[in-house]
Amino acid sequence: MKKLVAACALSLMASVTMAADTIKVGVLHSLSGTMAISETTLKDTVLMMIEDQNAKGGLLGKKLEPVVVDPASNWPLFAEKARELLVKEKVDVIFGAWTSVSRKSVLPVIEELNGLMFYPVQYEGEESSKNIFYTGAAPNQQAIPAVDYLADELEVKRWVLAGTDYVYPRTTNKILEAYLKSKGVASEDIMINYTPFGHSDWQGIVSSIKKFGGAGKKTAVVSTINGDANVPFYKELGNQGVSAEDIPVVAFSVGEEELSGFDTKPLVGHLAAWNYFQSAESDANDEFIEKWKAFIKNDDRVTNDPMEATYIGFKAWTKAVEKAGSTEVDKVRPAMYGIKVPNLTGGVAEVLPNHHFTKPVLIGEIQADGQFEVVSSTEEVAGDAWTDHLTESAKIISDWKDPAVNCGNYNTETKKCSGQNF
Amino acid sequence: MSMNMLLQRESLLSDSGSRWFLSLLAIATAAVFIGNVFIPEGSALHVDTYTVTLFGKYLCLALLALSVDVIWGYCGILSLGHGAFFALGGYGMGMYLMRQIGDRGVYGNPLLPDFMVFLDWQELPWFWHGFDQFWFAMIMVALIPGLLAFVFGWLAFRSRVTGVYLSIMTQALTYALLLSFFRNEMGFGGNNGLTDFKDILGFDLQADNTRISLFVISAAVLAFAYLLSRSIFLSKFGRVIISIRDAEARTRFLGYKTENYKVWLFVYSAILAAIAGALYVPQVGIINPGEFAPLNSIEVVVWVAVGGRGTLYGAILGAILVNFAKTRFTGIFPEAWLFALGGLFVFVTIFLPKGVVGFFSERKNKKQNNKAENVAEANS
Amino acid sequence: MIDVMHQENNKKIISFLLSLFFVFSILFFTSAAQSQQPDDVSFNEVASQLAGAKLKQVAAVVDQLTQFDDEQLLPLLKAMLEGKLYYEKKSKRLVFAEILEDKTINVDGVFDENSIENVKKNTLRKVKTNNRLRSSIRRSVAQITLFSGGIAVRKKAIKSMFDDLSKENVTLLNKLKETEKNKKVINLINTAIAIADLKSSDVSLRVQALKKLEGNLEPVVRNEVTKLLEKDSDGNYKEDALVVSTASKVLQSIEENVKFYGYLETLFFGLSLGSVLLLIAAGLAITFGVMGVINMAHGEMIMLGAYTTYVIQLLLPNNLALSILLAIPAAFIVSASVGILIERGVIQFLKGRPLETLLATFGISLILQQCVRSIFSPLNRQVASPEFMSGALEINPIFSITYNRLYILIFALVVFFLLQLILRKTSLGLNVRAVSQNRDMAKCMGIRTEWVDAMTFGLGSGIAGLAGVALSQITNVGPNLGQAYIIDSFMVVVFGGVGNLWGMLVGGFSLGVLNKFLEPQTGAVLANIIILVGIILFIQKRPRGLFPQKGRAAE
Repeated sequence: MKKLVAACALSLMASVTMAADTIKVGVLHSLSGTMAISETTLKDTVLMMIEDQNAKGGLLGKKLEPVVVDPASNWPLFAEKARELLVKEKVDVIFGAWTSVSRKSVLPVIEELNGLMFYPVQYEGEESSKNIFYTGAAPNQQAIPAVDYLADELEVKRWVLAGTDYVYPRTTNKILEAYLKSKGVASEDIMINYTPFGHSDWQGIVSSIKKFGGAGKKTAVVSTINGDANVPFYKELGNQGVSAEDIPVVAFSVGEEELSGFDTKPLVGHLAAWNYFQSAESDANDEFIEKWKAFIKNDDRVTNDPMEATYIGFKAWTKAVEKAGSTEVDKVRPAMYGIKVPNLTGGVAEVLPNHHFTKPVLIGEIQADGQFEVVSSTEEVAGDAWTDHLTESAKIISDWKDPAVNCGNYNTETKKCSGQNF
Repeated sequence: MSMNMLLQRESLLSDSGSRWFLSLLAIATAAVFIGNVFIPEGSALHVDTYTVTLFGKYLCLALLALSVDVIWGYCGILSLGHGAFFALGGYGMGMYLMRQIGDRGVYGNPLLPDFMVFLDWQELPWFWHGFDQFWFAMIMVALIPGLLAFVFGWLAFRSRVTGVYLSIMTQALTYALLLSFFRNEMGFGGNNGLTDFKDILGFDLQADNTRISLFVISAAVLAFAYLLSRSIFLSKFGRVIISIRDAEARTRFLGYKTENYKVWLFVYSAILAAIAGALYVPQVGIINPGEFAPLNSIEVVVWVAVGGRGTLYGAILGAILVNFAKTRFTGIFPEAWLFALGGLFVFVTIFLPKGVVGFFSERKNKKQNNKAENVAEANS
Repeated sequence: MIDVMHQENNKKIISFLLSLFFVFSILFFTSAAQSQQPDDVSFNEVASQLAGAKLKQVAAVVDQLTQFDDEQLLPLLKAMLEGKLYYEKKSKRLVFAEILEDKTINVDGVFDENSIENVKKNTLRKVKTNNRLRSSIRRSVAQITLFSGGIAVRKKAIKSMFDDLSKENVTLLNKLKETEKNKKVINLINTAIAIADLKSSDVSLRVQALKKLEGNLEPVVRNEVTKLLEKDSDGNYKEDALVVSTASKVLQSIEENVKFYGYLETLFFGLSLGSVLLLIAAGLAITFGVMGVINMAHGEMIMLGAYTTYVIQLLLPNNLALSILLAIPAAFIVSASVGILIERGVIQFLKGRPLETLLATFGISLILQQCVRSIFSPLNRQVASPEFMSGALEINPIFSITYNRLYILIFALVVFFLLQLILRKTSLGLNVRAVSQNRDMAKCMGIRTEWVDAMTFGLGSGIAGLAGVALSQITNVGPNLGQAYIIDSFMVVVFGGVGNLWGMLVGGFSLGVLNKFLEPQTGAVLANIIILVGIILFIQKRPRGLFPQKGRAAE
């Protein structure tokens, strides 16, 4: 109820204070529908960051003002709401989207109206828009280091690439397959499996994974299984007696928030790869967690990787605005490159000219209390928009700073920049 | 004889509802057009492109509602899968728009759409051929959903699958299509669907002129579909359809092959839905399997129920009302929206069985009756 | 004063340097001389190094520890396995920590009797382990417990040796064999020894070992035998001809068994999926099949059942088994009451308008979903499985039946037969059948049709609640739970024949089995689509389902 009132008050505020003495921050996260589970948290994170910034005196002497809209997990609605934010509300920046399809839906609108958006979730790469900054992980900042960990630390020789049938797992698995083969893994040692969204009957698949893993070589599962399908998957693994020590599963879409809906006992020891874990030890993180719990007024709430990505994006944007002395997109965008902000794991995130960030890769083991224990962490890795492991993509580079390129998808063979909307 | 009388009495524009609706549509379209093109930005009367596109979307959804009303309101066939035809039409248009991108995709491949390039597809799947031609794509937009409706309807109506069973089957149909289009191997872009369109028939999709034109075309198509549907129900074919709704067995005993009538109406309705989808896609800029979701199809039925089924303008009114409310409310009370929508379902079915339009026309009738009675009393 | 502090500091630095030296020397020792018995340091001293050690150091220390024959070793290793070994941040004292339900922590000194209750979590640090370390610890524990543990422990210990049949392990196993009485354990030992023999240099011993392994289904046997059949780059067998011919014979018999049990496994998977379908459809068969109400909120009744299980588990956090058993009647009552409420509040006004009930109940389903979202948050809730429902019944090394699926299968059948009993043998059942066949006539006979309607709807909803209890054990408990199953449940009812419970039973199981046999060939996604399209076509052919209801009631 309180939330309702708050939301109401917010939207009222949004419509009352139309004056230009504020900087408007658009929040484009689904608050209803299937994605509300994940995205509501990010909306709250942005609101918390805005409140925090305002308490520090705002930005450029002006207060920040959030404009929250609800695209309701409906992909065409994302485009419509983005247009509403840019045309009607005239926001200076947008924080939003979670799924790839919602980003794809928004992209043409943002480019057409020359907006600025921060996208906070790990994704499949193969994109670098002039108007979007990707604060989550590209595949080389999550998938490849995770596989390296399994191969080097756990001496895994046989691989199951299991995923939900959509673009992110498809692309990630394509990249991983190429990467593994380049490291000398034979194709009979790679098993690829796709399941529909929300798949709940894993008996057959787990049994075949078990058989695949029973061939005498150390086997691991690289899971890009999405959301709701995870609980029955891990449960079935546990029940069929596949422990993390026999066949470890490393997941790319299971974080603290997802774990809070799991019975974690059968999962202990399985892995996840992210750029941030709540258990990371740093002062900035402790402060962030404390602030978050106070803001959301619930001691049981957890923090997760997309929240950190939102945090980094927000901090980088405020810094760039201060540097540019303006919120105009054409001034803020060039000011972004090279900006360094401390991340929450004790390192530094640098904004790269390809609109991605440098991020450390952490591997964590699931604990019984729903947290991760970090078992490995790397130095900051530069995000690569175009993977080197797919033939067509390897030819393409992105650089928005270098005037000779100044393009998100510059083909190094044809020396041409294709696919721009302006 | 009586049929002729009816026809004479009810010509195409004889009822006040139709006249009201068509003039309202014309005025609104003209107002938006003038407001967008001729009134300069900054003026209070200026209609921005955002609003134009939004209204364009409403009109497409209204056409979809019309297509559902055609079979539900007039023939008693409750389809819970009309979203499938809408989405198929959308995909037809989407494929044309995808092919129009040509070598302007991010990988610069002249033939393959981007999503195929990075998933290592080597050649264009056979069913993508021809979609670079607008005329071909438009034929397909109508042909594929029409064919599907024909096969489905022919099988179902011939075996006399009716009522609830039919509704459940249509829902299974759209669910099966949802699952299929989610599969990346199908070659329709999987969950991401088709997006990042550039232009249509050489016109830049992001240009204001293209947008306002698409809006005007949508309004014209809606008006045309309305008139066509009305003329169908005023024809002999339409009369048989209505009698099937009211008493199918009797109609059959009179010698009419009711299943044939139903199949053709079903096909007509599916094509209307498909055209709505084809108009929808260039305006919202994306088509993906989410449009096949059973929930969407059920929502369409609710628009029709709210507006009032059995009156074509009622369905259109319902679609616009509910969608407008949705746009307004989801922003303010995202959590309350499902309560409101759910409550609306229950309220309308129990208290407004004939929808908003039915409610008002009943009141009007009552008033007229009362008046007539009063007059009669006064006379006596 | 200053002097004292200075001294203190010096002490600290010295002890720090000492411990640093110690760690390095251990690292050196372990890498240089793995098997050297460390006489010069005590167990306690080595173990204390676990406090504050990095992961790689921990591994080295553990390696060192296992060389000791100390009675503290086993509890220490076990605590590490269970993640209960902590150290105090300040004193570096190793402790066993017990984290209780209410999140208070009690600690027990490893080497002293000093135990403290209610410790703050941030004063403790966990001794780090990872997957690899845990599996090596587990192997060590297995060797230690080889002679002491129960049958299951001994079996596990022997199995963990399969990958590492060194000479010492084989002698260990031979020693165990002399005292072992349990037949299954002896068989396992024999298998292990035979596998070790496969690598002997004596051809006849290898052939003999192969013969012993004939028909053995342990996966490791299959791998080892397959290795014997490897060819070199010229395409010739590396092995002796006799060994090759025996090995291929052995492998063939294994493969045949594997194939057979594979079919059996798939059949069980199918039946299990069928039992879930049966459960979710059973309630609908009542509301839809008997009453003719299209209840689109059926899925949400299932969801309510699952949430009831969750709530009961919250109330009884320490007794999972009891909470599940209690959840069965509770879920029935909750869902049934909500069902009766819906019937009285909405459906009774829509008699004879089936399509409208469809819309109204769909609206109710949206409201119920949003209710659950508002009350329990949109996140999934965790429902734990009790001990008796975790794990699997192992029939042989390649075929086992998971307990949760087995219990759900039994539960589904019990529910089904109870339902039959209610409809056939009770007066309520008689009334229900009477009303469903001819409402007006039943009314004339003095049956309170309104009461019967409410009860029937309650019964159907209650059974949906039971399905929710079962589903909470295999999938997510969240607001979308119901939506995920609604189409499936309608398909089963329509496919089996509306109003026919036996049809539903056959329909549910055949769809489940068909799905599971299709899945390996086509993948999970396509299998679903094929079945859906199959049902659509089937219904066009036979609109009344597999077993149509006969008689006048059918019209």
